[in-house]
Amino acid sequence: MADTLLSLDDLAVHFTVGSALAGGIKTLKAVEGISLDVKPGECLGLVGESGCGKSTLALAIMGLIAPTRGRVALNGSDVKQRPRLETARTVQMVFQDPYASLNPRQTVRRTLADPLRLQGMGDKAEVDGRVMDMLAKVGLRPEHADRYPHEFSGGQRQRIGIARALILKPKLVICDEPVSALDVSIRAQIINLLLELKDEMGLSYIMISHDLGVVEHVSDRVAVMYLGRIVEQGGWQEIFENPRHPYTRALIAAIPDPFHRVDAAASRTKAKGEIASALNPPSGCPFHPRCPIKAERCVSELPALEAVAPGHRAACHFRDRTV
Amino acid sequence: MTVPLLKVDELRIALAGDVAHNAVEEVSFEIGRGEAFGLVGESGCGKSITALAVMGLLRRPLSLAGGRIALDGQEIQGASPTEWRRLRGSRIAMIFQEPMTALNPLSPVGKQIAEMFVLHQGASWSEAMDRAEEALRQVRVPSPERRIRDYPHQLSGGMRQRVMIAIALACGPDLLIADEPTTALDVTVQSEIIDLMAELCAAKGTAILMISHDLGLVANMCRRVAVMYAGRIVESQPAGAIFATPRHPYTQGLVDSLPRLGERAKRGRQRLREISGVVPSIASYPAGCRFNPRCFAATDICRSTPPAQTPLPANGLVRCHHHG
Amino acid sequence: MSQSTPASVTADIAAKRRFRLRGGLSLWVGGALVGIAVAVAITAPLIAITDPVMSANLMNAEIPPGWEFPFGTDAQGRDIYSRIVYGSRISLTVGVVSQIVNSLIGVSLGLSAGYWGGLWDDFVSGLTNLMLAIPSLIFALAIMAILGPGLVSLVIALGLTNWSYSCRLARAQVLSLKSQGYVQAARILGYGDLRIMFTQLLPNMLGPLIVIATLGMGGAILSEAALSFLGLGIRPPFPSWGSMLSEARDQINTVPWLSVFPGLAIFFTVLGLNLLGDGLRDILDPQTTTRR
Repeated sequence: MADTLLSLDDLAVHFTVGSALAGGIKTLKAVEGISLDVKPGECLGLVGESGCGKSTLALAIMGLIAPTRGRVALNGSDVKQRPRLETARTVQMVFQDPYASLNPRQTVRRTLADPLRLQGMGDKAEVDGRVMDMLAKVGLRPEHADRYPHEFSGGQRQRIGIARALILKPKLVICDEPVSALDVSIRAQIINLLLELKDEMGLSYIMISHDLGVVEHVSDRVAVMYLGRIVEQGGWQEIFENPRHPYTRALIAAIPDPFHRVDAAASRTKAKGEIASALNPPSGCPFHPRCPIKAERCVSELPALEAVAPGHRAACHFRDRTV
Repeated sequence: MTVPLLKVDELRIALAGDVAHNAVEEVSFEIGRGEAFGLVGESGCGKSITALAVMGLLRRPLSLAGGRIALDGQEIQGASPTEWRRLRGSRIAMIFQEPMTALNPLSPVGKQIAEMFVLHQGASWSEAMDRAEEALRQVRVPSPERRIRDYPHQLSGGMRQRVMIAIALACGPDLLIADEPTTALDVTVQSEIIDLMAELCAAKGTAILMISHDLGLVANMCRRVAVMYAGRIVESQPAGAIFATPRHPYTQGLVDSLPRLGERAKRGRQRLREISGVVPSIASYPAGCRFNPRCFAATDICRSTPPAQTPLPANGLVRCHHHG
Repeated sequence: MSQSTPASVTADIAAKRRFRLRGGLSLWVGGALVGIAVAVAITAPLIAITDPVMSANLMNAEIPPGWEFPFGTDAQGRDIYSRIVYGSRISLTVGVVSQIVNSLIGVSLGLSAGYWGGLWDDFVSGLTNLMLAIPSLIFALAIMAILGPGLVSLVIALGLTNWSYSCRLARAQVLSLKSQGYVQAARILGYGDLRIMFTQLLPNMLGPLIVIATLGMGGAILSEAALSFLGLGIRPPFPSWGSMLSEARDQINTVPWLSVFPGLAIFFTVLGLNLLGDGLRDILDPQTTTRR
């Protein structure tokens, strides 16, 4: 069995917000107590809505934000200690907004070639070769190399973004909502592309998405985040067929599925109200104000992330309930 | 036979420019009293401009170039600005995708709701404010008595959308047009807002024209659905049928291309069926059937002749030479 | 394009129309005026009639505009037309070079302040606010008083005075661009801070900065005129439009051609620069607000 590619150990990222003069200094616990592993060739689906901390988590994994507590380890060694150029060869990212993720003043060729040159690849022919190779892999043509981003559609720009992420042949790619900003009819193209490339290049993915259909389709394992914490994690089938956290159930119930009109039983698992602010998280279990099965215990006691089955953990006092 | 609440007939919307184009063509549909109707399509297909036309909100360079819009049997496409002002808010209302830009940032939300009562029903301000508080309660905003004094920036996205719904439904309009009302919201909040809209409209007998790119959303909420592509309606069927038995290759492509919960458990991970190509821009609509460059079933006739509308059972239609 | 709303489609088309009408006109007229000024400056030795400094001849003093001297002569008998032609060199040099200095100072401070933030940003912002609060002409005067008169001192003084505008603009631009995906992507790809600032941020900020620089050139020319008028800029006998105005100060009514022509030269050049700046702004303005 190969060793772990990425290992997060009790990771926390806190921000101090506000000033002593105006309203006082508050701590924003964007990410709190996250421990998880990603193995080579695996796809981890990270699910959560706004404010859950998934973007902050991505930045911390990339080494762009220093964690307040805990450790991010790539191939066993702490990300903080590695030189930036080395981390760049290991972890990369695909961004959500194809319209903001490419430098409008650079041709595609430069966007793809510069990172190679930065790594020390001097031979022009070699650099060009890699660039053309990558363009072909993402389904673009050689003549696209000398064009500017505004000459491409959203789907094509996302392909360029994927090419840029993969040009250094990383091991782990964090995909942050890679298809949410695209037209529905091209989402399938991009998802298929990502999966093909994963197999072809032996990559691991962390697929961040709020779209459960996409997450179920691509993930091997799934982690559900709420207000900075993981509330449930496990294999994809377990999570979707046997969700043990009320928030996971609520997410599943909230999906408008054209084939199953939501029935009364499912609607009982829906979440109420609004997502709380991470600046002022509720006491005890962060989900309790919206939880359909909340009890007194939930208001005061934070549930631990504990196993309900091998490889399946949930942070709920009622994790053993099946509905 | 009862007159439908809204009847749109052969609507044509032109886009002025160096070369004039028709942004929307031959669009016809009907919405019955109290019925929920969905208009589905991707960006640029013309669904939003169709909604604007029904509200009389088309502005240069867009203009109504043909067709009829009838509300309760009365034609309104040529109404004067004064008549439109009377219609909007009291008989037809609209809510938008971005509540932050649709609400006045300088006015408390309670006042914005109360304005509806003052303008359309001649209520006094104090009476209107009371009714505004009641309206907030109806859209399930917690502590409405305090929220009426809040400004839009103090509320979350979901709350603002609730306020928009309150404003729209304040005077009990016959038709509510909702243009991507939940696209900017989180999934769990989205489903609450949709449930709320469905409930309130059912209670008040308000018809809904739901515009979205999300097939699932529309199928769950609406009784009938029309799919638009490149300015034309390509298929229209009852909600259940359109997903179970889509007849137009575009609809089939959309339905097949989305990963469905539970599919992978049943059949393993299948490669998602792609729709090749990109959505055409208005300046470069293909000749013949506009979907032909991307269509797996395209033949010569598709490239030369735009398909006519073929009626389907239950008042449906499909626009394809090779409909399934 | 994804999620182009009808509002954005119409705004896009309306914007393109507006450009063709307004931006285009400003651009052409402004460009023409500036082009003429530049051409005059470059070809000065060819198109001037006499040497602007050495041709003093008291026999020709204060002759009105006529065939021999198109703009007349001044109190020393020098041909005004030639002095204006040579004066364009001084004005344009001052305008261009001082703006280059302004932009270099302003952009480096603003770019680094916006990117790194923290104490450096606090310091730069404070300094910028200070500079904006001090009347620029007084500040330039003070520097000129230390450095003494002359072209080089003038350029230095003006260069050190007006950098706050480009600094503010650069900082604001960086703050908004910093969070764009491609800047984050560059960091993830291992780009260092300086490389990011030069390759990712600066090229995307140039538009508004060029506009400010163009408009600033007009301001610099006016400042030069003012300083020379006050006797602190270009000293006679060298021809600068400002010092020519200064010499004519007491004779505006009696010998009008001494002040009218330098005044017109300043007017048209600055007008041209302003129109050019406006026109550039219309082209370089992000028309791509229609994206989302």
